[in-house]
Amino acid sequence: MTQPDRSPGRSIFGSLVLIAAVIGGGAAAFAYTAGWLSPDRLTPDRLVNAFAPPTGVSLGHRRNHAKGICFTGTFEANGAGSALSRAEVFARGQYPALGRFNLGTADANAPDATVRVRGMGLRIWTPAGQEWRTAMINAPVFAVSTPQAFYALLLTAKSKDPDALKAFAAAHPEFAGFAAWTTSGPWTGSYAEERYNSLNSFVFTDSAGAEKTVRWSLLPTVQPIPVSPEELAKRGPDVLEQEITERVGRGPVSWSMVVTVANPGDPTNDPTKAWPEGRRTVEVGTLIVQRIEAERNGPCRDINFDPTVLPPGMGTSDDPFPAARSAAYAVSYDRRTAEASDYPRTAAGAKP
Amino acid sequence: MIEDRQRFTALQRLLHWLMAVCILTMLFIGVGMVSTIMPKYLTLVSIHKPLGIAILILALVRLVVRLRYGAPSLPADLPEPMKLAAVLSHYALYILMIAMPLLGWAMLSAAAYPVVLFTGVNLPAILPHSDRLHTLLWDAHFYLAFAFFALILLHIAAALFHALVRRDGVFEAMAPVPTRTVAPADRKVAPAG
Repeated sequence: MTQPDRSPGRSIFGSLVLIAAVIGGGAAAFAYTAGWLSPDRLTPDRLVNAFAPPTGVSLGHRRNHAKGICFTGTFEANGAGSALSRAEVFARGQYPALGRFNLGTADANAPDATVRVRGMGLRIWTPAGQEWRTAMINAPVFAVSTPQAFYALLLTAKSKDPDALKAFAAAHPEFAGFAAWTTSGPWTGSYAEERYNSLNSFVFTDSAGAEKTVRWSLLPTVQPIPVSPEELAKRGPDVLEQEITERVGRGPVSWSMVVTVANPGDPTNDPTKAWPEGRRTVEVGTLIVQRIEAERNGPCRDINFDPTVLPPGMGTSDDPFPAARSAAYAVSYDRRTAEASDYPRTAAGAKP
Repeated sequence: MIEDRQRFTALQRLLHWLMAVCILTMLFIGVGMVSTIMPKYLTLVSIHKPLGIAILILALVRLVVRLRYGAPSLPADLPEPMKLAAVLSHYALYILMIAMPLLGWAMLSAAAYPVVLFTGVNLPAILPHSDRLHTLLWDAHFYLAFAFFALILLHIAAALFHALVRRDGVFEAMAPVPTRTVAPADRKVAPAG
């Protein structure tokens, strides 16, 4: 082997050590970035794991809001939203919509009367391919101010310590508003009678480039009829799905979509804080639900209602939740789609 | 006709080092973004997608350039197993550079996510919505990313071994600027493996 330019001064051993250091350093940096060296980092996997109920996860289902039913319909924009956002979905017209009524539980078989939080996932798209996904709940405010506190709440809820929730509430005073709603807020007997709120704030940009921070809600167009959870329990474990199927079978059910605009200084980064009364609200259109389908074979089944899927003219704000939700929803999606055999579709044409 | 050079062409070296930066950034962003729920998650995801497409385009350009200009021959005295490893690892690197972005794009398509490159610029779906396909592609994209990083570490180790231990001109062939001249007479060449 003739290698005349080899300088005799440098030892091969030293070179090998240098190579090992470079490779080891690269691998360590990669491992650190991946979180393998940080057992305390709140990763999407850890957050999703915390939803697992003591009875075990509902394989093939969403890791939270596991019980639900699909709907399809139309979003009728009245054009007023164009003053706030250049998103095509606010231009006067009709756009296809797909969604999912759901219960805020990790148990896909939870009896309806045992679940306080009800939600709606919604996807609206336009002919040009713009898409808006949102997932809303019926609570007027969220439970906690940060994703880290939400993780702590999930762990608290599973705690064997009877005083754990009290301790959590003491450590998180912002929890009081949500807690008050869970005990004193009205229950209804229908998904159609619920108001669904984004709770998180987003930034709308109009065609001139002006930005406004907003939240939105879907307001029911039918009068809510209060019902106690005890009465609801008597109607059966799946009464909400049966009720909405029958109701939509008789005729379309609609919600009015209202966008609320924050004033400067309003708390945009904290979904536990409602904005004061009197904020500018803009009714932007009507969601019309025309058809209900069971989730098992339904069109909402394999849709991730990731709240950060937003059309041009909408974006995230300083609210930390949409990013955390997006990360966690993706994990939930990846897991449940890999478990499809645990929640098999029924043969085409067969009724589940 | 591919003439025998001692160094890769300037275009090849430019593509190599540009892609080295892109791919390492991409792999770190990839493992970093799936390990956080902080707002930077969205920022990282929004870089991951256009950067992946940029790598795909660069890789295709590079493949064409490589087919056109070839590569300098490996040293004649390089042991056969190392030659084989060099050839196979470079095939694997090219395959991964092209496959990883396509797998990511296909995975998002199979999940019916909009494939957003930039605000208002979406790529079309390249596969139908399917939970089975999504799972297959997700697994491939995820596990191949680690294989890719391991292969890059091996590649770096081999490059440094050529540069520091063997000093056989292989590293200099791809060095961004000439670091050391290897006189043609000193360098025994064999036909490229």
